[in-house]
Amino acid sequence: MKRFLISLLFFILLIMVWAGCTGELAFLGLSDSLWSPFVLPSPSVVAQYLWDNIVNGKIPLSMLITLRRLLIGYAIGLILGVPLGMLSARFRCVSDTLGVLALGLQALPSVCWVPLACIWFGQTEAALLFVVIMGTLWSVLLSTQNGMRSVPPIYARAARTMGSGPLHTLVFVTLPASAPFVVSGMKQGWAFAWRSLMAAEIYVSVVSGFGIGQYLHYGRELQRMYQVIGIMFIIILVGLLADKILFSPAEAWLHRRWGTDKE
Amino acid sequence: MHDKLEQEINAFPTAKLSVEHVCKDFHTRNGAVRALDDVSLTINEGEFVCFVGPSGCGKSTLLNIIAGLEKPDSGLALIDGVPITGPGRDRMVMFQEHALFPWLDVIGNVMFGLKQKPNLTDKERLEVAKYYLFLVKMDRFAHANIHELSGGMRQRVALARSLAPNPKILLMDEPFSALDAMTRERLYGDIQDVWAKRRKTIIFVTHNVREAVCLGSRVVLFSPHPGRIREQFAVGLERPRNINNHDLADLSMQITSALKGYTAAESD
Repeated sequence: MKRFLISLLFFILLIMVWAGCTGELAFLGLSDSLWSPFVLPSPSVVAQYLWDNIVNGKIPLSMLITLRRLLIGYAIGLILGVPLGMLSARFRCVSDTLGVLALGLQALPSVCWVPLACIWFGQTEAALLFVVIMGTLWSVLLSTQNGMRSVPPIYARAARTMGSGPLHTLVFVTLPASAPFVVSGMKQGWAFAWRSLMAAEIYVSVVSGFGIGQYLHYGRELQRMYQVIGIMFIIILVGLLADKILFSPAEAWLHRRWGTDKE
Repeated sequence: MHDKLEQEINAFPTAKLSVEHVCKDFHTRNGAVRALDDVSLTINEGEFVCFVGPSGCGKSTLLNIIAGLEKPDSGLALIDGVPITGPGRDRMVMFQEHALFPWLDVIGNVMFGLKQKPNLTDKERLEVAKYYLFLVKMDRFAHANIHELSGGMRQRVALARSLAPNPKILLMDEPFSALDAMTRERLYGDIQDVWAKRRKTIIFVTHNVREAVCLGSRVVLFSPHPGRIREQFAVGLERPRNINNHDLADLSMQITSALKGYTAAESD
C-alpha cells in the first residue's frame, strides 16, 4: 500500500509539472505556457481529446482494428517461430542455417521492413502483417531454441527409462521443461510485435481501417499534438494491459511451480 | 475394477539379470578409456546388489548399460535371458540428482511413468500413485511443488516414481550421495523397508562402502583403469540393518581394505 502511494504521488507530481509548464496552474501563479500548444499541449486538452474520442467510439474502434492486426500477426509469428525454434534446437543443420539467419534478422529493427513491405504488398493489411511477423518470428524462434537447449539432459534420460518415446519426450518433457524460456520469448515477441505494428501503422496508411498508429501519424500531419500525446497514452496503456492480462498469469504460474519467485 | 487394482499392487515381478563379457570404451580427448573390461555378473531374482568402487571404475556405466541408456561395445546384458536393447518399463532408474520434473507436482511426477503403462484407467493410475506415495511416506505432499520439498523428500518422491510402474528391476545410481547424513540414515531404513515389501531386484551404485554393506545382500567391488569386478562379498547380516552396527562396521572395514589394496596396486 505504501509503495502504491509512493508511485501514485510520483505520477501526480509528474502531471503537475506538465500542467505547470503549460500554464494550467494559475493558482500557483503559473498561468503562462512556456511553449506554444502546438509544441506541448496542456494535460487538460489531451484529456479532453481522449474523453471525446473514447466516448464517440473513434479510439475504441481503432484499438479494435490495431489489436486485430496485432493478434493475427503475433499468432502467425508464434505458430511459425515455436516449431522452427524446436527444429533448430534439435537439428544442427537447421541451427546452422535458419538459426544464423534468425540471429541476423533479429538484429534488424522491424521498421526496416516497411519499405520492402510497401513495395511487395502495397498499402494493404498484408504489408502490416508482414512487418509484425518479421518483428515477432525471429525472437520467438531464438528463445524457443535457447530454451530447448538449456533443458537438463537428465529429464529426457529419466523419461526414456520410464518408457517415453522420442515424440512423447519432446511433447511432455522437453517442451514443458523449456516453458520458462519459451514464455519469456513469447513475451519478448509480443513487445516486438507491438513496436513493429506501431511503426508500420505510422508509415503504411491503409484504407481498410484506421489503427492507433495511423491516428498518431495524422495527429502529426494536422499539427494536433494533443492527439499525438493522447494516442501515445493509449499505446502505453494497451502495451501494459497486454502484459498484465496475457503474460502475468502464465509467469506467476511458472514462478510458483519452478520456485523462482523473487519475493 | 478393484480387483485389477489389487492385482496391480500385489504383483511382485522380479527378474534375473546377467551380464556377459561386457566391454565399454569411452573416447576422450586423451584417447580411449576402458570403462568396463570383460565384466560378467549374475544377479538373482529379488536380490539387492550394491556396486562399490572409486570413481572411474565403471559401476555407473554398467548400471546405464543395464538401464538400456548406453550400449556395450561388446558382450551382452540379459534380463531373464532376453538381451537388453534399450530402456524399458521393466527397469526403472533412480538418478543421483532427483530428476523430478519441476512442471509437475508430486503426484504428477509419480503418474508420469504410470501413464505410459497400458491396461490401467486414469483413476486406477491415481490410486496406484497414491499407494506408492504412501509407501514412501509422502502421501501428505501429493500436491506440493517439487521445489518446496527438501532433498530427502525429493528422493523419496523419485523412489515412488520409479516404483510406481512396478518394474522388475530397480536401478539406483548413487541416489543418496547429495543428502546429509541424518536424512540418508532415515532413507536406508526406508529403502530396506521398500525392498522387504516390494521384493524387487535392486542394483544400487555407491562409492560409500558402509552404505553398500548396510543395504546390499551382496556387495560387488569394482576397481578402475580398466573397470573390472575384483571381488564379491555376501552380506549375511540381519535386517533391518543399522549403519552404526558393529558387525556392519567390521565388514565394511574389511571391504575397504580390500578396495585400498586394489587401488594401491593400481597406482604403483
